[in-house]
Amino acid sequence: MRWLSKGELFGYLSLAALLFLVFPLTLDPFRLNLISKYLCFALVGVGIVLAWGYGGILSLGQGIFFGTGGYLMAMFLKLEASGKELPDFMVWSSTETLPWWWEPFHNFFFTILSILVIPALFAFVLSYLVFKKRVGGVYFAIVTLALALTLTVLLVGQQGYTGGANGITDFRSVMGWDITSDESKRVLYFIHVVLLFAVMGIGAYIIKSRLGKILIAIRDREDRVRFSGYDTAMFKAFAFTVGALFAALGGAMYSLQVGLITPTLVGAVASIEMIIYVAVGGRLSIVGAVYGALLVGFAKSMFSENFPTLWLFFFGGLFIFVVVFMPNGLAGVLDRFSARKKGQRESGLNAVPERTKA
Amino acid sequence: MSASDRRSFIKAGAALGASAAVGPWFIKDARAADVIKVGQLHSLTGTIALAEAAIVDAEKMAIDEINAAGGVMGRKIESIVEDGASDWPTFAEKAKKLLQRDKVAAVFGCYTSASRKSVLPVFEQNNGLLYYPTYYEGQEQSKNVIYTAQEATQSVIAAIEWLAKNKGKTFFLVGSDYIYPRTCNKIAKPTIARVGGKTLGEEYAPLGHTEFSSIINKIKAAKPDCIYSTVVGGSNVAFFKQLVAAGLSGDKQTLLSTVVSENEIDGIGKENAAGYYACMGYFQSQKNPANEKFVKAIKAKYGQDRVVGDPMECGYTAVYFWKNAVEKAKSFEVAKVVAASSELPLDAPEGNIKLHKSNHHTWKHARIGRARPDGQFDIVHESPLIEPNPFPKL
Amino acid sequence: MSFDIAVMQIFNGISLFTILVLMALGLAIVFGLMGVINMAHGELMALGAYVTYMVAHVFERHLPSLMGVYLFFAIIMAFLVTFAFGWILERGFIRFLYKRPLDTMLATWGLSLVLQQAYRSIFGAQEVSVPMTKWLTGAWDMTEGIQIPLNRLFIVGLTILVSLGVYYLLFKTRWGLRIRAVTQNRAMSGAAGINTNRVDAMTFALGSGLAGIAGAVFTMIGSTNPLTGQLYIVDSFIVVVFGGVASLLGTFVSGFAIAQAQTTLEFLLSGSMAKVAILLMVIVVLYFRPNGLFAARVRQ
Repeated sequence: MRWLSKGELFGYLSLAALLFLVFPLTLDPFRLNLISKYLCFALVGVGIVLAWGYGGILSLGQGIFFGTGGYLMAMFLKLEASGKELPDFMVWSSTETLPWWWEPFHNFFFTILSILVIPALFAFVLSYLVFKKRVGGVYFAIVTLALALTLTVLLVGQQGYTGGANGITDFRSVMGWDITSDESKRVLYFIHVVLLFAVMGIGAYIIKSRLGKILIAIRDREDRVRFSGYDTAMFKAFAFTVGALFAALGGAMYSLQVGLITPTLVGAVASIEMIIYVAVGGRLSIVGAVYGALLVGFAKSMFSENFPTLWLFFFGGLFIFVVVFMPNGLAGVLDRFSARKKGQRESGLNAVPERTKA
Repeated sequence: MSASDRRSFIKAGAALGASAAVGPWFIKDARAADVIKVGQLHSLTGTIALAEAAIVDAEKMAIDEINAAGGVMGRKIESIVEDGASDWPTFAEKAKKLLQRDKVAAVFGCYTSASRKSVLPVFEQNNGLLYYPTYYEGQEQSKNVIYTAQEATQSVIAAIEWLAKNKGKTFFLVGSDYIYPRTCNKIAKPTIARVGGKTLGEEYAPLGHTEFSSIINKIKAAKPDCIYSTVVGGSNVAFFKQLVAAGLSGDKQTLLSTVVSENEIDGIGKENAAGYYACMGYFQSQKNPANEKFVKAIKAKYGQDRVVGDPMECGYTAVYFWKNAVEKAKSFEVAKVVAASSELPLDAPEGNIKLHKSNHHTWKHARIGRARPDGQFDIVHESPLIEPNPFPKL
Repeated sequence: MSFDIAVMQIFNGISLFTILVLMALGLAIVFGLMGVINMAHGELMALGAYVTYMVAHVFERHLPSLMGVYLFFAIIMAFLVTFAFGWILERGFIRFLYKRPLDTMLATWGLSLVLQQAYRSIFGAQEVSVPMTKWLTGAWDMTEGIQIPLNRLFIVGLTILVSLGVYYLLFKTRWGLRIRAVTQNRAMSGAAGINTNRVDAMTFALGSGLAGIAGAVFTMIGSTNPLTGQLYIVDSFIVVVFGGVASLLGTFVSGFAIAQAQTTLEFLLSGSMAKVAILLMVIVVLYFRPNGLFAARVRQ
């Protein structure tokens, strides 16, 4: 098999052209910053492709990891913005001293380390335990949804430590480097795009490796793989953990670029929206997921700017349409189109199985 | 609708949306010289829309009135409405859009503190001007924000003092679990102690909660003279209905809320709210020529069934505060408008009020009203103008 | 805690139990018997609530003398309207997705967004006020210190009635027999001459109709606005999943357990922490009993 199919190659190249050239050259700082925001969800999307598209694990709680990454980064940014003083929301909430677990977040490198380790570790322990019990499908979706909800309630309720429903806002700098100016936003944008391509590369590597094949086999017939002697729970947990790690990165970039993090980004609605991005782009295509995040984000901004009172009709309608008529999203449509031209049938490996296992 | 019908319908909708939507992404429209743009940034969708949609209407009416009278400094006001969707990051995004792309002269917007906190850095970094028309918890003062509603000391302290004097000295505090109720109660508790009262309990329900029976039982066990409520949103409907059902209706139990205005009573149901108290800067039932004109205009524009609450009035006056400040400054520049706003008076529907010399808040009357069965309030107490003090020493 | 409060707390537990059951019953039927995860279930409840609101308005205007009993008409109307709407939904949309349960979940979520906006466009973003039935306001003073809210008593009674009705329908009628047969083995049922498509539509419509009843009843205790459904959907799901998807009995038991836990914890802890504790409890129990408290053996 070739490393990249023609369609994929086109997808990657066109995406690189858009992100590295077209957008930075044509868009004003406001729109470019919006693109950065959508790309945060693209990072999450790449993880969802791995976990959902290839691992068959639908998580309705990606917001947990997105949010954890975002909040960890926000703690650092807030501490730096507050200088020697207590963060402002703690003052309003009568928290007198900085909680001990906030202390290490004065250090940028500790923060980065925590973003890479904490969500992934949690995801691994949770998912390995659950998959070991052979729980999957709908139940896993609902357990993750319940966890997302739990975390939201906790974040809102523990106002003195987390900023409550307001979340954490008003960041200024990273180690003295002002992140609010247009110029630094541009730099952050390029850092983000490079990070995104790195993540896409890792994702593509996993899918093309033998590990990816085992994941697909598990997705389609878990018991047979288990009978062949594989620890399927470990493989699934791995896919889920990588997904969580990518989501955490997305959250951290979100705090950096959007300048705030709130409990709504953790909750059920946000988590389901992250799934939508991938569903629109195509759950089996990494580059499709990135396009999905860009397109849906773009549609959301545009619809709500132009039809503020009606945009939910469009948004909900678009979603129903994609799920019902385009189960493999945009990438699936393109694939089918090119396959038909060549007179081939859809490849068995990349088709969504008739009945996703419940 | 069959599947193919739906498909073509959605396709048509998407095409329509796309063609109208993509245009403004790339093209910056030229600014007409005879028009001045302002933004209205509220939630038209999501959980908070039920409170904010009415404010948009009131602000719109003020803008239309000003335009009909010739505009501001000879320029017509063009309003750009953006939907914050009850989502704080969306508020920040739309605020950026209004300031950076539309280059609006002022924004009238936000309801929840969370939305204001999320747009605050945007306004400060882009040197925009926000008029914030909702009662809130204080603890804030920004050079880019004018606060036209009560901050907490202007309502909570007045309300507690009045209750202690007239209704009894033991209190039970109930609120939704977020910053406004917690800060209000932080102010309420020392005030209760100062007037010689006692706080018997303090309870918070998660936002959107609809099951208040346990909290009501705690209230019944404590038997307070007064309940001070800062429950907000849809929870309020459940809270009031369940209070009445549990036998703690307005004729038997004193309850005062600093968030229930005429608009909220519309949803709670007149019969459920009757007899309870509210502390506001404005009530629809106020008798003065400015208010009668205002209420009549709202009803003429939006229907006879419409009621007017405090945030609507504050949104309406916010537009006039801006207009007067611009005309006094003879400039749309933010710094000059803010400077001209110092001690700016206004003959508002709520009476003669004025902006503070330096802290950007508004001198207001605190009024306490008792809800009537028809959903209006009998005003039972009216304070003189109270100086705003967003950072009270407790 | 005095004796009076204890009695009222126990009643609260029972009341919440019936509320949860009423909420979850429709979902349990649709999810449990058909395997359809309907994320728009809450919006069907909201539909029932809006129907109630409209019926109340018609009565207020044209039949003010009958305002005392409008609620009964409203409940029946809410059932009929949501039943019909559910039928249309199943035929027009859900049935294409039976082979993709997770996709159903996502598509119905999109549907819930559309419905929310539809309510907002028709009825406005503000809450609508549904008038209270006079004889159901206030409380029954059992003793000096014990008050039992009448509307909650009414809900307890109605839930018992509805539960009995569902039981009768599913276990004592030919129609129920068909539903159960299709649940257990679709292919065999079809071969035996049961019109499985029709049964699917009826089952889904029944579940929707029950959501309508719940929505109508909840206007008495909660608020009615475009987002009302969102408040109920998660609780409903948790009750159903916790109880075991394929078991109606499980729904009752889990409703009871969650209601008792919630009323007790809310009294002892703060509201937020009670919610966290309950969610964690459900997650832990699901970990040890992944199919819920009552796992029935059905065709996978």
